[in-house]
Amino acid sequence: MALSDVVAALMFLGVVAYALFGGADFGTGVWDLTAGTGESGSHLRAQIDRSLGPVWEANHVWLIYVLVFMWTAFPTAFVAIMNTLFIPWMLVALGIVLRGGAFAFRKFSTGYREAQLHGIVFAASSVITPFFLGMIAGAIASGRVPLDEPGDVWSSWTGPTSWIGGTLAVLTCSFLAGTFLAADAARSGRAELAEVVGRRAWWVGLVTGAAAIVAAVTLELDARSLASGLHGRGLPLMLVSAVAGAISLYRLYQRRWARARVGAVIAVGAIVVGWGVGQYPDILVDHAEIADVIGARSTQIGLLIVFALAAVTAVPALVWLYVLVNGKRWAGPSA
Amino acid sequence: MLLAADELMAARYQMAFSLGFHIVLSCFGVALPALIYVLHRRGLKHDDHDALVLAKKWAKVSAVLFAVGAVSGTVLSFELGLLFPGMMEQFGDVIGLPFALEGIAFFLEAIFIGIYLYGWDRLPPKVHLNVLIPIIASGAFGTFCIISVNAFMNNPAGFTRDPVTGEITDVEPLAAMFNNAVWGQAIHMFLATYAVTGFLVAAVYAVGMRKGRHDRPHRLGFLVAFAFATIAAVAQPVVGHFTGQRLPEDQPAKVAAFELSDEREDRAPLTIGGLWIDGEKRFGLEIPWLGSIATGTSPNQVVPSITDFPEDERPPINVTHIAFQLMVGAGTTMVGIAAWFWWRRRKVGDAVFSEKWTMRSIVAGGALSVLALEAGWTATEVGRQPWVVYEELRTADAVTQNSGVWISLTAIVVLYASMAYLATKVIRGMTRRWRESDEIDLPTPYGPSVEEADTVAAVGGTR
Repeated sequence: MALSDVVAALMFLGVVAYALFGGADFGTGVWDLTAGTGESGSHLRAQIDRSLGPVWEANHVWLIYVLVFMWTAFPTAFVAIMNTLFIPWMLVALGIVLRGGAFAFRKFSTGYREAQLHGIVFAASSVITPFFLGMIAGAIASGRVPLDEPGDVWSSWTGPTSWIGGTLAVLTCSFLAGTFLAADAARSGRAELAEVVGRRAWWVGLVTGAAAIVAAVTLELDARSLASGLHGRGLPLMLVSAVAGAISLYRLYQRRWARARVGAVIAVGAIVVGWGVGQYPDILVDHAEIADVIGARSTQIGLLIVFALAAVTAVPALVWLYVLVNGKRWAGPSA
Repeated sequence: MLLAADELMAARYQMAFSLGFHIVLSCFGVALPALIYVLHRRGLKHDDHDALVLAKKWAKVSAVLFAVGAVSGTVLSFELGLLFPGMMEQFGDVIGLPFALEGIAFFLEAIFIGIYLYGWDRLPPKVHLNVLIPIIASGAFGTFCIISVNAFMNNPAGFTRDPVTGEITDVEPLAAMFNNAVWGQAIHMFLATYAVTGFLVAAVYAVGMRKGRHDRPHRLGFLVAFAFATIAAVAQPVVGHFTGQRLPEDQPAKVAAFELSDEREDRAPLTIGGLWIDGEKRFGLEIPWLGSIATGTSPNQVVPSITDFPEDERPPINVTHIAFQLMVGAGTTMVGIAAWFWWRRRKVGDAVFSEKWTMRSIVAGGALSVLALEAGWTATEVGRQPWVVYEELRTADAVTQNSGVWISLTAIVVLYASMAYLATKVIRGMTRRWRESDEIDLPTPYGPSVEEADTVAAVGGTR
């Protein structure tokens, strides 16, 4: 395996992690948006705050990880993606600011009206941001991001694959979030809330599965290079995703919320890994291969060292954080 | 050509505005945890209830500030590619190492902040206190990494440019990161974070004092913040001076603009005020010799002249000169304010908190600290123009060709203005509620009634 492949794989690890951690995080937006007003929505919103509060900042560092890896390892491909997809990236940036700000503002709002306003901004931007990220993924996956000259500022990211990519992103986020929220609610003794969320998550999972099938058809027509990769190397992963998704639905049906989470994570993770495997060795589908756009070798070695450093510093810290928030003590109230 | 120039300005304004916004919040991100640590530690070690309550309140306020700081920092990583593709294309891999290391720092910060903010009464008290240490350390390390990128832009190092093809070769990431300018700049910025945070927090309490709130928590909060502010503000001119010593050699055009120097000479005067109009120096108060001493610690230091450089290699002279002098002026005044306060406190003790003009000067110091920060950063950035990477890449060749930047610039300005307004409003709402009741915990008003368990607060209690 060439050095450039190792670096690309490590970068893609960040994409997968962001799709899962950031995805479950973003996905709470749909739940917040549809929780209902006043009393009826308050329990779910309080749960979302409890679940996200300690972890949301860490969940979104994965995006920085991916961007830094991208420009350090593949500067020209990074610039191509940024130039061509200027508009959706700018919209993602706005969405991230609105979301993070509104989440913090809501928590410390003075009155219900004020909290409601921030809540709407938080929830809406939580839906819009992954949608545009999905559109960006669709643009790259369908070969609409050229390397040398910027592609069209609009049509590059508004093809069929982008639309289904955005939709699938929002749905997978919502499904992940649903299983996580149900498990969190159950763990903190809110069985009724877990029941409500888990039931709805089952339906979200079903719709997500249907959307995945639509996406597969769309790729056949609109993203032929990726589709042919998925027929070959990517096929096992697609099957894993389908099976894991089905198991997750079954677990939800059984009211085994915590177990449903595992299936959801594997189902979504396998789709994302499948995308990467399917388009390998291209980094910009149809336009650039990984090995063609790799940056200076010394920096790649530096990146590997930094990655090793992260593995012994950030990863244990991250594990501690997730162990804490999944423990009994953190399910209850805090000052 | 005109259009291109407009887009150049739009891209530069957007980067400047995004950074100018984030830089203030990043100060809190770096320095506030250290202030909280002092209070939290005091609260535990001396069983000081006031200190512990303050630590909790500051932690809650910091949750809002960190949130806005985190997202505005994320946006910057996009904007590097969106607005300055030419720079990232050529130098993305050269300066990638400090960015990647900063990624670790940001990760650790985000993780431990999450643990700290939600760890009250859940973690053993001592462990909880110590969670602040990696936050403080990664804030300092992150500052170093980010500033090393800026220092690289001022003092590019760690690569060779092929004289024929113009390609960048022989990249040495460590040499790029540890360029000549990095230590001076990094320490200068690090001190700035503590000066700004300390002065601003002290200013908030000074406003409270002016409104007649003279309780012990106000005095304690003030003193902790102002102690940090004082140390940073006093050390800052020394560090700044020695950081500037490199400039005549490394970036002569910048120092010429700083000093508004129209003649290359030793024993050069220091020009206070003054403008560059129609290619010559006008107005301004000249103090003999002091320009050379300020630039090189010796009257024999030769100060380069603006006229040494062709017009297209000069930075915008007036912006650079005025920004530099505002920074020095504000910084010096801050030292004066600090000296005045501690002298008055020695004289009259806690009665100093009732002194109208002393407290007003602290409030002014808060504003001056932000002015010094923004002006200093403007001076170093505008003073490097027309280069984005000094003598390697012109800003005009680095910015995006996208024609929509005016729109995104407008959006960012509106968005950040709203963020600033809302953050201020929310934090003021928090402090108002804290004044109205003894309750530290602030239940979120999700609906007519909130779950019982969520409103239970445990002030310094055990659970």
